Amino acid sequence: MNRITKTFQRLAQQNRRALVGYITAGDPDFDTSLAILQQAVDAGIDVLELGVPFSDPTADGTVIQLAAARALRQGMTVPRVLELAHRIRAAHPETPIVLFSYYNPLLRYGLERLAKDATAAGVDGFLIVDLPPEEAGEMRPALSGYDLPLIRLIAPTTPAERMAAITRDAGGFLYLITRTGVTGVGTLDQDRIQQLAATLQQQSPLPVCLGFGISTAADVRQLAGLANGVVVGSALVKIVAEHGAQAAPLVAAKVRELRAALDPDIKGAAIIYPAAP
Amino acid sequence: MKIMNHYPDANGHFGAFGGRYVGETLMPALLELDAARQSAMADPAFLAEFRALLRDYVGRPTPVDFAARLTAHAGGARIYLKREDLTHTGAHKINNTIGQGLLARRMGKRRIIAETGAGQHGVATATVAARFGLECKVFMGVEDIRRQAPNVCRMKLLGAEVVPVAAGTGTLKDAMNEAMRYWVGAVEDTFYVIGTVAGPHPYPVLVRDFQRVIGDEARGQMVDSIGRLPDMLVACVGGGSNAMGLFYPFLDDPVEIVGVEAAGEGIATGHHAATLGEGSVGVLHGTKSYLLQDADGQVQEAHSISAGLDYPGVGPEHALLKELGRVRYVSVDDRTALQTFQLLARLEGIIPALESSHAVAAALREAATRKPEEAILVCLSGRGDKDLAHAVATIEKMGL
Repeated sequence: MNRITKTFQRLAQQNRRALVGYITAGDPDFDTSLAILQQAVDAGIDVLELGVPFSDPTADGTVIQLAAARALRQGMTVPRVLELAHRIRAAHPETPIVLFSYYNPLLRYGLERLAKDATAAGVDGFLIVDLPPEEAGEMRPALSGYDLPLIRLIAPTTPAERMAAITRDAGGFLYLITRTGVTGVGTLDQDRIQQLAATLQQQSPLPVCLGFGISTAADVRQLAGLANGVVVGSALVKIVAEHGAQAAPLVAAKVRELRAALDPDIKGAAIIYPAAP
Repeated sequence: MKIMNHYPDANGHFGAFGGRYVGETLMPALLELDAARQSAMADPAFLAEFRALLRDYVGRPTPVDFAARLTAHAGGARIYLKREDLTHTGAHKINNTIGQGLLARRMGKRRIIAETGAGQHGVATATVAARFGLECKVFMGVEDIRRQAPNVCRMKLLGAEVVPVAAGTGTLKDAMNEAMRYWVGAVEDTFYVIGTVAGPHPYPVLVRDFQRVIGDEARGQMVDSIGRLPDMLVACVGGGSNAMGLFYPFLDDPVEIVGVEAAGEGIATGHHAATLGEGSVGVLHGTKSYLLQDADGQVQEAHSISAGLDYPGVGPEHALLKELGRVRYVSVDDRTALQTFQLLARLEGIIPALESSHAVAAALREAATRKPEEAILVCLSGRGDKDLAHAVATIEKMGL
């Protein structure tokens, strides 16, 4: 069974929500990034979204744009991202790793080669921001025969009938964008999110995670009850921007804080994710 | 094989190119825009209003002008100029912004945004916003703001807000990234006026259909003037809107077609904007087309003296026309474009935009190898006022 599915099943049995963490691969450089990713997973990230840097990230706010630029300046490439994934996989056999990418770097790498190499690196799925179901005609056959689901995004602007069409094509989990805008900015409208999440849960058996604009423990506490998990990205990447080579323990601390906010009622949560000394 | 009316398909694919590669937040807006486009283009009242504005406000039809001294200079085929430089605001860009402005109004959107490189599309959008009473923001790279200062003044005078974009090299690609990001956050009440035949579906077909007036007029004008169609069409290609506008109505005719890209400092230097000539297939700004990119799929910076051609992508229909072999794409470097800029001023009393200077330069090259009874029609897509300071300074620096 795919690690994504297994993880959500395990969390559901424990009555817990998933903390999905986005971190740009290779930011600020390969070695620091590896340390950040390993410690973030140790600190309590349930599903890792490993960001493939792209030169023109039109769906991202300033924080992730700058992270991609830093990573690219240090020579990050798709093969190096896969190498990072492989190293994380070796240390964390059960943690799902989702490659979060724009389409062009993957297309350029070659979709069939990508499916093969991503599987070998221990990747569990793809989230391709600018690849709606209408354009997935090349990607789907390339992934056939591999256990690599395409994770689908649903936006607040998505009409209900389109939601149904998207969920038919989806795998892993559903990523519900909680606000209209790029990553990392804005405020949350809880009523609207609740309504969208409920609609999605009626339409699909897949777990639903909420993302875009979630950055604090308070945001997490506010939203935890509405879905199966939350995605935090820019808030983690910002720590990397501010602390560079020293970022790993600080990112881990932030993850622990978010993790604790996500499981306020679970006895022993602090034991599952002990604080680093 | 017939090409006209066969492309794009219902999802905006021009053969293997085009499509809608955008985040889900924008998909519903693009679907809504496509439905509005289809209904508007089938509505005689909408088309009548569009044509009336092109006539009374833009000043169409623009003439086709025989360039006698330029022809003598080339020493071969006769060169005719389609004078888009004579439109209101001074470039073909206004044809499209009138159309999209009407469409925004029809869809009840009161706020419009645009990206701009040379500033011509920004000015044309700001103009339409003023005319229709719409709120307007124009995203423009800081490097382009520097080299196209007069157009920045014009946009502000017309009541638009110019938003400087410092990311990347501060040129058209970066402006488009930022406009798309802004649109993602404001999509529910904002219409994005894209200025070229690129971007996600339906923009490539929408812009082409508003720009084809160039070619539709030119067909009739050439027949009136010489009793037949021209032997060759030439237009510059950045994103490719003036070229698609001129070429489209001739695609099924026995007319040779040449698109001219910017070779910048020279193809061999790697500092150019010859996307179709030197690029490879990829996805940028919502469409699949040719792209200047590295081996890892990162988009590379384009280079051209002309801000309007300084773009590492190109419209997907041009990619199709290249693949079909229907259009031949060539390139002209900065130096030759600047020389032609001066030449057209002295020989014909026309100061062309640097973009259009590329097309004229290629036409001169082609004309020289052809018989005097042949006719070449060049799209003179815009006038050069906006380029004066930058072009003159560069001409001095290069010692031209």
